[in-house]
Amino acid sequence: MHEWALAEAVISTALQIAEKEGIKEVKEVRIKIGELQQIEPDILEFALSQLKTDRLGSTEFNLHTTKAELKCRVCGEKWTFDKGKLDQNKAEAIHFVPEIAHTYIKCPKCGSPDFKIQKGRGIWLESIRGVK
Amino acid sequence: MDDPRIAVIEDRLKNIRTILAVSSGKGGVGKSMIASLLSVTLAKKGYKVGLFDLDFTSPSTHIILGVGKLFPKEKKGIIPPQIHGLEYMSIIYYSGKYASPLRGADISNALIELLAITRWNTLDYLIIDMPPGISDATLDIIRFIKRIRFLLITTPSQLAFETVRKLTELLLDLRVPIIGVIENMKMKESEFVQQQIEGMNIRFQGAIPFDTQLEAAIGDVEKLLHTEFGQELQSIVDKMD
Repeated sequence: MHEWALAEAVISTALQIAEKEGIKEVKEVRIKIGELQQIEPDILEFALSQLKTDRLGSTEFNLHTTKAELKCRVCGEKWTFDKGKLDQNKAEAIHFVPEIAHTYIKCPKCGSPDFKIQKGRGIWLESIRGVK
Repeated sequence: MDDPRIAVIEDRLKNIRTILAVSSGKGGVGKSMIASLLSVTLAKKGYKVGLFDLDFTSPSTHIILGVGKLFPKEKKGIIPPQIHGLEYMSIIYYSGKYASPLRGADISNALIELLAITRWNTLDYLIIDMPPGISDATLDIIRFIKRIRFLLITTPSQLAFETVRKLTELLLDLRVPIIGVIENMKMKESEFVQQQIEGMNIRFQGAIPFDTQLEAAIGDVEKLLHTEFGQELQSIVDKMD
């Protein structure tokens, strides 16, 4: 699972921000996960707990998933991601590289692959809170 | 909000000695062929080499190398599979035979994702086959890989050369190292390209004649290495080495 690779990225970024903002002890890191990437929160959470360093010793990682919203650039149709409509290999390809959605997902109204992922892509570090 | 992937890119590349982008202002000048055979040639010399096909919308190194049904392993990220002695990474593992119509922002995102999750082993060289031009992928590579160096490819055509001249100027302005220029598909004696390149204080690495036998060897690496193209490239690599 590449949740580990993403967890490393979260830890690195949290430490960078803590350093920059002079936070000595990080209490909470809020992480937004896009539904499109189909990240397993349990695995990500476990990886975060295994990878955290002293400065993140008492950190609570709060994960929340954002529903993926797609909007066709051609006809304006809006729709949501439905993993159930994709076969396993295609869903897995999107899991690794969410932009592959443009390979396997088409606008349900006009059939175009030219859509915008308005919400629900990737992983974001939303906020960080701690003691300075 | 911060994109956590960016913080980990340098770390993913830290065990790679030289990262080289094979690039040009124009398509169809032989970038992918040179990137592929350059990688194989370096591997045959005993170097540890990775090849990363960054032409997400029009990847072709998998066809040149005759990559069959390979797929990366997952181990705390993705591990590029080996082929012809190379670690090989391409979006083709995920897009297969289907088109990937990506806009610039999507290309950037896919690039960041793959840089953040791909775990290369210790390498002497990572060769990156770039898409043509000076848009998102080129700017992103310069932005995210501070140690990047460029090998530029042109043909004798003034149409190709003019775009390479602009790319050269951009890289010089940005102080990105250019290890040299290869003139590919040369059809008649002319020193025009070499003079122009050397006039910009850039190393002219050599010229490769237009090889009518090359197309028939695509997909068979041993055949490719024995074409006139393959042999000429090997002698250029010997001089670069």
